[in-house]
Amino acid sequence: MQIKNNSIEKFLINSAVPILFILISSIAIPLSKFSGIYLVREIVTRLTRDTFLVLSLLIPVMAGMGINFGMVLGAMAGQIGLIFVTDWGVKGVLGLVIAMIISTPISILLGYFSGAVLNRSKGREMITAMMLALFISGIYQFFLLYLCGSIIPIKNYKLLLSRGYGIRNAINLDTAGAFDRLLRIKIRGVSVSFGTILIIVAICIFTTWFRKTKLGQNMRAVGQDMVVADSAGIKVDKTRIQAIIISTVLACYGQIIYLQNIGTINTYNGADQAALFAAAALLVGGATVSRATITNAVVGTALFHLMFIVMPMAGKNLTGSAMLGEYFRMFISYGIVTIALVLHSWKRQKDREMARVQFRVNVKALK
Amino acid sequence: MEGNIILKFENVGKQFDGNRVLKDVSFTLKKGEILGLVGENGAGKSTLMNILFGINVIQETGGYEGNVYFDGKKVVFKSPFEALNSGIGMVHQEFSLIPGFTAAENILLNTEKTKPNIISKIFGKRLETIDEKEMRKSAQKGIETLGVDIDSDTLISEMPVGHKQFVEIAREIDREKVKLLILDEPTAVLTESEAEILLKAIRNLANSGVGIIFISHRLNEIISVCDKLVVLRDGAVVVERSVGGVEIKQIAEWMVGRSVEGEKNFHSKIQDISNDKDIILDVKNLWVDMPGEIVRDVSFKVRRGEIFGIGGLTGQGKLGIPNGIMGLFPSGGEIIFNDKNLPLNNTYNSLKSGLAFVSEDRRGVGLLLDEPIDMNIAFNAMQVHDKFVKKFLGGFIKWCDNRAIRECAKKYIKELDIKCTSAKQKARQLSGGNQQKVCLAKAFALEPTLLFVSEPTRGIDVGAKKLVLDALRGYNEKNNTTIVMISSELEELRAICNRIAIVSEGEIVGILSAKAPIADFGLLMSGIDKLEEEGEDNE
Amino acid sequence: MNKINQFIKNFGWPRIIISIFLISLFIIGPFFGIPTDMSLNDVFVRFGMNSILVLSMVPMIQSGCGLNFGIPVGLVAGLIGAVMSLEFKLTGSAGIFTAFLIAIIIAAVFGYFYGKLLNRVKGDEMIIATYVGFSFIFFMNMMWIVLPFKNPSSVQGFKGTGLRVTISVQEYWYHVISDFLKIKITEHFIFPTGMFIFFALMSLIVWAFFRTKTGTAVTAVGSNAEYARAAGIDVDKMRIISVIFSTILAAIGIIVYQQSFGFIQTFNAPLSFVFPSVAAVLLGGASVNKASIGNVIIGTILFQGILTMTPSVINSAISIDVSEVIRIIVSNGMIVYALTRKGR
Repeated sequence: MQIKNNSIEKFLINSAVPILFILISSIAIPLSKFSGIYLVREIVTRLTRDTFLVLSLLIPVMAGMGINFGMVLGAMAGQIGLIFVTDWGVKGVLGLVIAMIISTPISILLGYFSGAVLNRSKGREMITAMMLALFISGIYQFFLLYLCGSIIPIKNYKLLLSRGYGIRNAINLDTAGAFDRLLRIKIRGVSVSFGTILIIVAICIFTTWFRKTKLGQNMRAVGQDMVVADSAGIKVDKTRIQAIIISTVLACYGQIIYLQNIGTINTYNGADQAALFAAAALLVGGATVSRATITNAVVGTALFHLMFIVMPMAGKNLTGSAMLGEYFRMFISYGIVTIALVLHSWKRQKDREMARVQFRVNVKALK
Repeated sequence: MEGNIILKFENVGKQFDGNRVLKDVSFTLKKGEILGLVGENGAGKSTLMNILFGINVIQETGGYEGNVYFDGKKVVFKSPFEALNSGIGMVHQEFSLIPGFTAAENILLNTEKTKPNIISKIFGKRLETIDEKEMRKSAQKGIETLGVDIDSDTLISEMPVGHKQFVEIAREIDREKVKLLILDEPTAVLTESEAEILLKAIRNLANSGVGIIFISHRLNEIISVCDKLVVLRDGAVVVERSVGGVEIKQIAEWMVGRSVEGEKNFHSKIQDISNDKDIILDVKNLWVDMPGEIVRDVSFKVRRGEIFGIGGLTGQGKLGIPNGIMGLFPSGGEIIFNDKNLPLNNTYNSLKSGLAFVSEDRRGVGLLLDEPIDMNIAFNAMQVHDKFVKKFLGGFIKWCDNRAIRECAKKYIKELDIKCTSAKQKARQLSGGNQQKVCLAKAFALEPTLLFVSEPTRGIDVGAKKLVLDALRGYNEKNNTTIVMISSELEELRAICNRIAIVSEGEIVGILSAKAPIADFGLLMSGIDKLEEEGEDNE
Repeated sequence: MNKINQFIKNFGWPRIIISIFLISLFIIGPFFGIPTDMSLNDVFVRFGMNSILVLSMVPMIQSGCGLNFGIPVGLVAGLIGAVMSLEFKLTGSAGIFTAFLIAIIIAAVFGYFYGKLLNRVKGDEMIIATYVGFSFIFFMNMMWIVLPFKNPSSVQGFKGTGLRVTISVQEYWYHVISDFLKIKITEHFIFPTGMFIFFALMSLIVWAFFRTKTGTAVTAVGSNAEYARAAGIDVDKMRIISVIFSTILAAIGIIVYQQSFGFIQTFNAPLSFVFPSVAAVLLGGASVNKASIGNVIIGTILFQGILTMTPSVINSAISIDVSEVIRIIVSNGMIVYALTRKGR
């Protein structure tokens, strides 16, 4: 009985954040006046659209590198792949697959670079990854704005800016919805894209399996204690780089899945927010900076987007200002990441203190 | 019989920058034998183990002399991994376990049992899946060899300390071909009953044919479990013999026994303060939670004007005493200083009431390495006593008086003979000895009534050592400042202290006059007095 | 030769490359019809506008709180001061001093709580500061809509409530500091003496602070917290003092920026000040835990120099506008470089 109580308590503590969000949403849903079927349809769409990106964050968390804000690198690689297949005019699933094939080596390269940089800034991986993403975004812009169409041939003039080189700000994808149309089935007026869902399930299975491999075990060890892992002969730096490479490649695929659902690429600003929203979704699902599961990712994505849909409307109906709700959801996105980071850091310090207090009790008992 | 020998040191020597720490060390260990290795701090135990293990420091400082034979072959390990791979295991004082992993996962860390799968056949062994069932079985086997009962699925973080130690040992013996196991103070964190189980487990292990080197300061354990005894003193083997018939007292004497010549002139200068009438510091039931130097229950009195020494082996808690009184680590108990109660856990207050402290961690706590010497010296006095400060607007603005700071620094540079280019030189650029002098100057600038000095000569060369000790004694004589000096080096304490307290396992086991015979100190350090008391209890 | 090597080592490669780049821009500028006096004018004006924001990095870096990615906390305090002074319809120096006063009080309060928070998350200050800054901006965005501002020049014309995105200070305290004792050197070059006097004043305050008893304690906390603790210093208190100081400087800095720019930019505007301010101080040679006023001056000149010169010179030279991309690469690259250097 004792144990059962404990486990309920543990469950409540671990899911405090999702529960809070369910409460906020349950107040906001009636205020927004959206119909249930509309909300279900929206959430199903957004789950298929975003879950993959969120899942790409899991492995670096396992390797103790925190939220990989550098996943933006992968997202940029994915966008480059999509731009090229659009230029070549490859359509449908084949187009997406070719886009993935092109962008994989780019994201492996970027992931390697990112991992190497993060190894040089142990203990402050998150801020470094974030700044690195912004830095690479500058190079990405340089590549697309000045090299594409001038040095790198782009045949399709529709992709180019009117000045004759540089990629346009918004591009319509020929490959739009290619994955989504596979096995799309309507269930009670809600169309569900089983094609995309199957891809997501595949990646969930991959992640679960990966955790159980030798490499996954090494990553967990490195994540918990680099010094011990090193003294046991695990190559710490190499393992960390591998974790980031996997995350970057998955983020690249995630961005391709995301964009084929949206249908257009926002060339220059599209990737920037990817990490913020993915991180917020994961944390809303009850994950922490040091522990994240597939359930956290899926539940978090659903809850976060529920709030995302409902909030602006609820805000508008309540105050008459559409902007208020808009700002509120940005505030919540950033706020949830802030709170999660603060709690994590705080808890780590508290744990350290608690360990000493426990030790003191032991010492007294020894006497 | 040769084939039976697992480890042999042959004339092994080592020096660091001309400083000899090991000379001509030779001894052998047979399969299934337990060798007790004892010696004071700095006797060369850790250097010897580092040589055996191929720790990088050894190569970086020019290798070693002599030969090491392991399992019949001459070996020179280039890294600890080579040593591990050829069958040497080592259990350290600090745990190297991953708290969020189970016992099984820790025991098999990086030697996990795996099953191949399709993907691993293409991408290599690192993607093989972990075989949890095999892991559990293998871990359980390891734990059983030790004769203890631990569930291999328990998380390390949820285990009592004793169990962690067993898991650590189980990990070392799990490496299938382990032939030699080194245990460095394995019983230090255990309760007595746990320690007993551990000793039994070690015996079991030896019976299965593993050679064991057992390092412990608890000499009674050495006697009860070891077959053979090796005593190191000043880097040389003084005794190599079987344990049979040896008494604890003898071992203690072997450990500390030095030539007693020339000791007299040390003491001639020390004035005799032998009455307890004028007590400046009265410590009652102090406990301090300083990691690695826990103080459990310490009481002592310091007489005004004396130099009071605190000695003992590393990790026994002597360093915790000043750190606790100065409020640098959480502490409890009662301190009466100058007839006033001194509140604990308040560094500012301790400094303000006339205490000062030269920390053993010179570079970590003692200095601002990137600031000039003068700032380092003046800083505490400025912060605590508002010295070197010009006040404006009725004290609202407290401006640093740079000239006064420089003058003060110059005075101490001259007095203590600090070798530097100017008072503006960065502390980082000074040699260890000169850095230590800056730390002393910092404490002197506070003009304390009682000065704690912790390991004042650690890591500095012989010449500087003498200067530092002379400075301390000079300061004591000139200003009648009471000094409490904490040191691992007994000789140094005996050279300048009036009385010396010896700390063992977080408690003071005895306070002796500095003139007491050296063997008495050795006995105290080995916790013998305590042992005798316990012996009486048993009767 | 050794001396040159030593100099390069001290000055650092990134700074040398950027200095050479900047000087060459000045040299080639006139060949493409960019008058040197105009370029100088731009650099000096922008230096005056941004230098105090960069200066606000120094106290927090010195106390070991790292780079102040949470500078929006101070910027918002400055914005509140500015719009409040407009609410009172004060003009000229009375207006700007009211803005300063209100901003300083609010910044002190914000800084206190911000500092408290940073004390709880030692070791993770930078990433958390970044997100605190971002969330705070969006929180204030809601406030800008909700709070009952009245002055017609501040609120949105058609609705009469909620702040405008840009509020002109033309009729209030435009160029109050910039035009103080200004010297017209050539047609295109007006030296903004007031801005430099003001920056000198602020630098003097920072310099003086680090020469007081409290200031040395703050430095000690930053370079070795254990040392400071052993000297009986309340480490957390010193960190809070430095955070308050940084926040106040940021608040003052943004008002100085606004009076020169001519507009108060509300809503998302503070976002665009975060990384440039951090990058500038690093470009000046500061590291994650050591910064000086010299770093601020050199960094601001180099950074603003690049910002003003690249669009004009390069655009005229090759008629391609790469300045935005260069800005992103230089500023963010500089920050990544600093973060990956071994913290000493």
